[in-house]
Amino acid sequence: MGPLGFITTSVRFILHGGKAYWVWVGCLLALMIWGGLAYIDQFRYGLIVTNMRDQVSWAFYIGNFTFLVGVAAAAVILVIPAYIYHWGPIKEVALLGEILAISAIVMCLLFVAVDMGRPDRFWHLIPGIGHMNFPSSVLAWDVLVLNLYLVLNLTIVTHLLYTGMQGRHYNQRLVVPLVLFSIPAAVGIHTVTAFIYAGLPGRPYWNASILAPRFLCSAFCSGPAVMLVLFQILQRTTKIAIKDAAIWKIAELMAYAMFVNLFLLGAEIFKEYYSATEHLIHLQYLFTGVRGHHALVPYAWTYVSCGIVAFLLFLFPATRRNVVTLNLGCLLIYASVYIEKGMGLVMPAFTPDVLGEIYEYTPTLHELRIGAAIFSTGFLVFTILCRIAIPIMTGEFAAVRAVVPGTAGKLEAHAGAALPT
Amino acid sequence: MPDRADDAAGLSRRNFLTAIGVAAAGYLAGCTPEVREAFFQKHFRELSPKEVEARMARLRADYSQRFGQDVNVSALPAQAGVLFGYALDLSRCIGCRRCVYACVKENNQSRDPQIQWIRVLEMEKDKGIDFEEANPYYDPETVPDADHFYLPVACQQCRTPQCTKVCPVGATWQEPDGIVVIDYDWCIGCRCCMAACPYGARHFNWGEPHIPAAELNPNMHYLGNRPRPRGVVEKCTFCVQRVRNGRYPACVEICPVGARKFGNLLDRESEISRILRDKRVFVLKAELKTEPKFYYFYGL
Repeated sequence: MGPLGFITTSVRFILHGGKAYWVWVGCLLALMIWGGLAYIDQFRYGLIVTNMRDQVSWAFYIGNFTFLVGVAAAAVILVIPAYIYHWGPIKEVALLGEILAISAIVMCLLFVAVDMGRPDRFWHLIPGIGHMNFPSSVLAWDVLVLNLYLVLNLTIVTHLLYTGMQGRHYNQRLVVPLVLFSIPAAVGIHTVTAFIYAGLPGRPYWNASILAPRFLCSAFCSGPAVMLVLFQILQRTTKIAIKDAAIWKIAELMAYAMFVNLFLLGAEIFKEYYSATEHLIHLQYLFTGVRGHHALVPYAWTYVSCGIVAFLLFLFPATRRNVVTLNLGCLLIYASVYIEKGMGLVMPAFTPDVLGEIYEYTPTLHELRIGAAIFSTGFLVFTILCRIAIPIMTGEFAAVRAVVPGTAGKLEAHAGAALPT
Repeated sequence: MPDRADDAAGLSRRNFLTAIGVAAAGYLAGCTPEVREAFFQKHFRELSPKEVEARMARLRADYSQRFGQDVNVSALPAQAGVLFGYALDLSRCIGCRRCVYACVKENNQSRDPQIQWIRVLEMEKDKGIDFEEANPYYDPETVPDADHFYLPVACQQCRTPQCTKVCPVGATWQEPDGIVVIDYDWCIGCRCCMAACPYGARHFNWGEPHIPAAELNPNMHYLGNRPRPRGVVEKCTFCVQRVRNGRYPACVEICPVGARKFGNLLDRESEISRILRDKRVFVLKAELKTEPKFYYFYGL
């Protein structure tokens, strides 16, 4: 099978699905169109269709961007425990992690793109034809590492799927070093993203050395939360043999990550409230409100309580092994980290602004629609890549026989169900 | 053949990129030469003197046509031996905001949506300089108010600016005469500089800026008061279009109480140098080590 065959077979996989699949894809496309129309407005009239202003000059878009960098990073880092604890299908864990990473990075880049005042000038960022302010600008670093990470994951995934489809074993000398490299790269993208904020002395809410460690901890919670739900779906709907023990182990690791996350938050809260300098006001705005402005207070307490409840659910073996409380925990962690990175990280740093003015930001419908469109795009990328990957991984795609150890026994039974090639 | 997969991916990506390239080329081929030139222009600091002249000519023609009057756009560079500095006498400022409006007019700031480079903060006398207690929207019948004093803030023209450091594309930089400038044709509108600035000096064109043609200041500098496009950042340039021609900034000229002082820090006999020598000056947020060239002092 040549490259052309790879593409046509992939397209055939994508177009092959039941009613539920097409309803799902249809919903995503509808949301993309709805949000895309909002973006057309933003493109015509400018960022004035958002509620961002000079006082709060970054908001919803950049918060989502930060959250998704964490998801992209943590999905790949799951490869480490998968290897250490012998979960069995390491390749599947790695492949799904990389696919999730690709989808998350696509969303990250889209969120940055919609936040740009002049998206038509994005090429100014490209070294060579543009003028990249490297190494001085941390944002320039971030653009580099995010794109590198995207290319890295695309290369691994494409190679695994292509060889899988051909029935060949993947090239170990290519994949193993790349997967190993993608792990520090994952830590790198989140650290560099944290440094964009932590490096600004004019914003005391961000200008703390604890910020990068906090980013990593919360990412270790949110990324695996997505993977856990995904693993359970795959367990039930496909033949991929992911052990229950593996899922419970991830939940346990997430409990530790959430503990460290809450501990670091507590350390910051103590330092700010006890020393009570002029820096305290941003945290006060987040948790108690300042001078009659309380917009973020409900969000702040929601994220703290979601985090604590999820930590307890995942700490006790009985609740992390129960399918209901396990998924409830995933949902709570996801909500907690999403609010923390979205509302909790960006807005308080700008409120009050550097000259003391309080401008209370809430996203406009345009911003929410554009955000929904970007999430739909990410989910669509993820769906499409899974659509190609899963038949190859499960062996429904006959040629895969030689590639997937551990599923060889089941293959014969499903050879008849193979898709036409 | 271990690298077949990469070839395959490379091929499909290459085809995809080619398709995008062809589409983009087709779109640009349909544009006027001016639009093409504006899109593909180089970074200002990489232009040869001839290219600078060509760009100024293009902008002159463009603005003259847009505003129906003769406009001059200069790219006059910094003079050797000049480092501009500013000092503001807090004991004289009466909070009348004449500087704000003179600045808006001189520097062609958008009237709708409103952009103002100078923000005058009303502070309570018994609290001293405390930004948390500042009110930028004070609106009494008359100023000054007995219980308050006023602190005007614009770009502090830092010696070690945070804003230029974080810009990912080098669209903002410090000129040899110390003025921090922005190339509005290179800025990508990421607003990293606004997050970095500790003084709220940078302003973004959230919507399409509007200046009534009758109120346009036709004496423009490329790095200063020429009309800005939507989606880019702007800020005070010490009126680069004036000061490089030996004039005072508009805010210095308009101030009715003489609270604003301006000059060459490298000239020992200039008024600004004498103020630094004879008065005791301070800068805002000195602990951040931005080392502003905008000083405050109490002259009375």
